[in-house]
Amino acid sequence: MDSNETFYKLYSENKNRFPGSLPLGNIDDSAFRVLMLREVTSGGLLELLAASSDSVIEVAAERAHALTVRNFGKVVHLYTPMYLSNFCDNECVYCGFKKGNIIERKTLTLDEVRRESEFISGKGLKNVLILTGGSRKEAPVSYIKSCVKVLREKFNSVSIEVYELTTDEYKELIDAGVDGLVMYQEVYDEDMYRRVHLSGSKRNYEFRLTAPERALSAGIRTVNIGALLGLGDWRRETFFTALHAAYLEKRFPSAEISVSVPRIRAQVSSFEPCCKVTDRNLVQIVTSLRLFLPRVGITLSTRERASLRDMLLSVGVTRMSAGSTTRVGGHTMPADENRTEQFEILDVRGVDEIKEMLKGKGYQPVFKDWI
Amino acid sequence: MEDILEIGGRKIKSRFFLGTGKFPRKSMIREVVETSGAEVVTVALRRVDTSSNDENVLDHIPKTCVIMANTSGARNAEEAIRIARLARAAGCGNWIKIEVIPDNKYLLPDNEETLKATEVLAKEGFTVLPYMNPDLVCALKMVKAGAAAVMPLGSLIGSNRGFRTEEVVSVMIKEIDIPVIVDAGIGRPSDAARCMEMGAGAVLVNTALVTSENPVDMARAFSMAVTAGRISYLSGLPCQFDGARASSPFKGFLRTIANG
Repeated sequence: MDSNETFYKLYSENKNRFPGSLPLGNIDDSAFRVLMLREVTSGGLLELLAASSDSVIEVAAERAHALTVRNFGKVVHLYTPMYLSNFCDNECVYCGFKKGNIIERKTLTLDEVRRESEFISGKGLKNVLILTGGSRKEAPVSYIKSCVKVLREKFNSVSIEVYELTTDEYKELIDAGVDGLVMYQEVYDEDMYRRVHLSGSKRNYEFRLTAPERALSAGIRTVNIGALLGLGDWRRETFFTALHAAYLEKRFPSAEISVSVPRIRAQVSSFEPCCKVTDRNLVQIVTSLRLFLPRVGITLSTRERASLRDMLLSVGVTRMSAGSTTRVGGHTMPADENRTEQFEILDVRGVDEIKEMLKGKGYQPVFKDWI
Repeated sequence: MEDILEIGGRKIKSRFFLGTGKFPRKSMIREVVETSGAEVVTVALRRVDTSSNDENVLDHIPKTCVIMANTSGARNAEEAIRIARLARAAGCGNWIKIEVIPDNKYLLPDNEETLKATEVLAKEGFTVLPYMNPDLVCALKMVKAGAAAVMPLGSLIGSNRGFRTEEVVSVMIKEIDIPVIVDAGIGRPSDAARCMEMGAGAVLVNTALVTSENPVDMARAFSMAVTAGRISYLSGLPCQFDGARASSPFKGFLRTIANG
């Protein structure tokens, strides 16, 4: 793919837009003006992200809520992650699975995948997200493909969160039954990206940045992108996540695009986030994304505590994970001190509890949303 | 004389059709059907889960209703055809609303692909109701391809902006011999009444209910507005005049002639 035709070009053109183009004068007045307009432009998004007063965020939240109900209804899609392998060739300073960490490594056998599959589908879930570490050797495309075939027996929708693939490899997995891709850029700031991805194939910023468009060119139905909040300035990272989603929406109009807002969590490497993202910031992030991207799905994982997740529902979240584990085989195998989690989960509620919470708040939990 | 809408051999009294995708709970479908008298309910096959006991949306639709499965998620004719066949196999009956939407931002349908799917599915014996951009020429082709009704959009899905496509849809209503059902964008009961006054066969609504404070009562309001609009159409909607007119414009008419 020619980088003149990819999101990398758009990123390069916009990377110096921060912080120079932030509004002069009273930032809250500027944000209020944006909230009065019919449409939020990328410039308007910058102003919404720059705002600081409660009253701006509250007005934005009100609008974001109305827009979400109008476009998505009172409906929340549920999925759960399944970790297939934690072998990794990358050295990402913030990750519990990074190559240098001494932890027990494992790749599930197909029988183990089948057991996990039966357990998860027994909870009523029809949408599963499979994850591997960044090891092509220990979890090759052929292995992922075999897992997908097993999972498709029980699930209507299988998404992948694996290392970056080529267009042909994406095509191969789509043909095997994969319909969704989750690919976090982790940090859009290219300099910071190089600072936190020390070695391994993931160090190639551009190849990762353009993975979603390769998958979409190959015909994948859904793509979920995101920045790992805490690695870079959250305003800047949210801005580029939004720009990336808008770019994908425009270039691949038939695809369903979603964005995640994962905040970095504690894990084995005890990495300290470079940038603090408060709960209040998270509300501002979700509402700003919703106003700029009215039709894009917003995903909130179990990284966040239950009470905050429940609250963020009303301002724009449309997809949630439930009954999660970030451990390989974590759904069916007993916890083992050595086989660590990739990161810590704060919302430990089971699928039934999430379901009841949603119903109680007047939302319909959707388990199945594909054929 | 009873006013009956006939589609695919089925006689329907209520011209208020119901969408279900955005309700806060599936059980609300039954409440809405009961208060509004809706008889035709559309469900996305992608959401139908026959393997689940409590999550199967079909269990929440009263048996008296016609289930009109829709092909939501289809991006081309081929996918729509596949979904339609799966819908029939899943027990959703014979009615299929074809939705081919290759545009996730505005959710505007692809008439060309919709026409292709209509042709194939009508031949397979489905009662086909294509969701489409208002277009007379294409609608005539849909009729020829075997559509049982056509469903042009009133405005963008979920927009609540009302009957913005009235100019073209009115022409379609005049020229097409099968029911024209206005779907999408109908935000208020008065919008629905307007569609029916112009001669629409029926109106389909979902977002307007869900974005109101009380979806169940709002459904009743829509149903009443649809009935009012229909009666108005059947009564011969009067034309509008530029200025004021006396209520007895013929007063003195005969005398004028006699004197002349």
